[in-house]
Amino acid sequence: MVTSVGYTAQELMVAAAAREIHDGEVVFVGMRLPLIAFALAKRTHAPNAVGLFENGIVRDEPSRELLYTMGDPPNVVGAEWCTSLSNIMCLLAQGAVALGFIGGAQVDRFGNLNTSYIGDPCAPTTKLPGSGGATDIASLSHRHIIIMEHERRRLVERVDYITSPGFGDGGDWRARVGLPRGGPAALITTLSVIRFDPQTKEAYLDSCHPHSSVEEARAHTGWDLKVAPTVHMTAPPTEAELQVIRAIDPQGFWTHV
Amino acid sequence: MPSRKLMSMPDAVAAFIPDGASVALGLALESLIPFAAGHEIIRQRKQGLTLIGPISDILFDQLIGAGCVSRVIAAWVGNVSAGLAHNYRRALEGDKPSLVVEDHSNFSIALALRAGAMGVPYLPTRSLLGSDLLRSNPHFRIIHDDGVPLVRVPALAPAVAIVHTQRADDQGGAHCWGNLGISEDAALAARQVIVIAEEIVPSSVIRSDPNRVLLPAFKVCAVVHEPGGAHPSPVQGHYGRDHAMYHDYHQASRTAEGFARWQSEWIDSVSGRQAYLSRLGAGRWADLSRPATRTPRLAAAVDYGY
Repeated sequence: MVTSVGYTAQELMVAAAAREIHDGEVVFVGMRLPLIAFALAKRTHAPNAVGLFENGIVRDEPSRELLYTMGDPPNVVGAEWCTSLSNIMCLLAQGAVALGFIGGAQVDRFGNLNTSYIGDPCAPTTKLPGSGGATDIASLSHRHIIIMEHERRRLVERVDYITSPGFGDGGDWRARVGLPRGGPAALITTLSVIRFDPQTKEAYLDSCHPHSSVEEARAHTGWDLKVAPTVHMTAPPTEAELQVIRAIDPQGFWTHV
Repeated sequence: MPSRKLMSMPDAVAAFIPDGASVALGLALESLIPFAAGHEIIRQRKQGLTLIGPISDILFDQLIGAGCVSRVIAAWVGNVSAGLAHNYRRALEGDKPSLVVEDHSNFSIALALRAGAMGVPYLPTRSLLGSDLLRSNPHFRIIHDDGVPLVRVPALAPAVAIVHTQRADDQGGAHCWGNLGISEDAALAARQVIVIAEEIVPSSVIRSDPNRVLLPAFKVCAVVHEPGGAHPSPVQGHYGRDHAMYHDYHQASRTAEGFARWQSEWIDSVSGRQAYLSRLGAGRWADLSRPATRTPRLAAAVDYGY
């Protein structure tokens, strides 16, 4: 839905996600909105970023057509490399990937993500699709971004199941369980951008989207969400960014939902 | 001399996919999914199959809904552009699941198959540490190497892998291009491989470019010529992804009854892939394969001369 300000929440999320990509970085792209965020970053501030797709594609140039999946033929044409999933995952495992994107159904105050089971895994109330490559991205990239809808049933005190490890129960948990690096750098939702305290690793509200507020973001969070003293408004997408997004997704398949 | 390997889809499925078999398929991820083979498995009412794959974009869901599957060893089962997999959900939600799931990530399923291909009992990884995959899949264990924790991913060796390719000869030599996913790991790990091909070409074509061959022909038990056999998934150089089919399926399969109607219309009441493509309609197929307007994108030739 287009808000009164002339862009959709998804368009703003794509712009916010794209800004997390630094120029020259190797990025594990993933599905849905990150497909567009990568293309947007490439065409604006990060022309030298490289995109990895787990089905076995490396691109230094976004595909010319909108992708519904990373396996669509336009994503192969002009690729830098077409190879196996194992080879792409080796790059991730060796620490060559700066940033990865994942989405999910449930996330908690330490950025752990669930895309597997709601309820008891032995008798779930909802069976979700599972990890795909998300567990690997969350385990092995230098940092990752989580993108999801901001709803109380999704932002929960503790996830029912950790598909993709965030910061566990906080502090130095990742090192204690043996993960070599990484952790979530941001949770970009339909209402806000949430980041994680460098010491405690607990989530805090970093910015609210222009159509939302601190009160609304906190009300739709299933725990007592901390708020940064510097909390501010998420920068809206610029006209130039919107032009690129709409050129990539002219029908709004991913960005006008 | 006629080859023993070139056979029809019904014959290949009947000969090489017995009830209870472990079958790896959908190995390139969202492209080259062997839907025609999966639908023939359903028509032959195979039972008790173990399905092995990375992500499955609706084909596992169809096999599960049709009652062919008792176990899924995979990283993700859903509908990539539309959402959840309804038959998969119905089979697992509640306290009496009708399906056993062994949870994997894409990397761990690739490692399991690579271990199977290598003939070793496991491969280690630093992925999955701290995740609940280690809890819900009892086959994973944490081991220590000089104090460093590693996840032990046990080997998998499927009875059969099914790969959809662009072209093959009648001996089992097959060319495949585009993203490969875990096709090579699975084909090497599997005891036998069924090759589905859009085109059957002379062996001289395959042997003109041996670097593009997916696996050694001696592992191939059957070659099936099945144009359009990957629809609605895409095949580079032949046709695009039929996004509408995935969305229509998502709606149709919301209820068990809805799925049964879908299965009747698209699988049980068609004799094979040609009848399926006729039902799809020439216009829709032309939109995907664009025979008149498609711009070929030929790779530059390579010189193997010396």
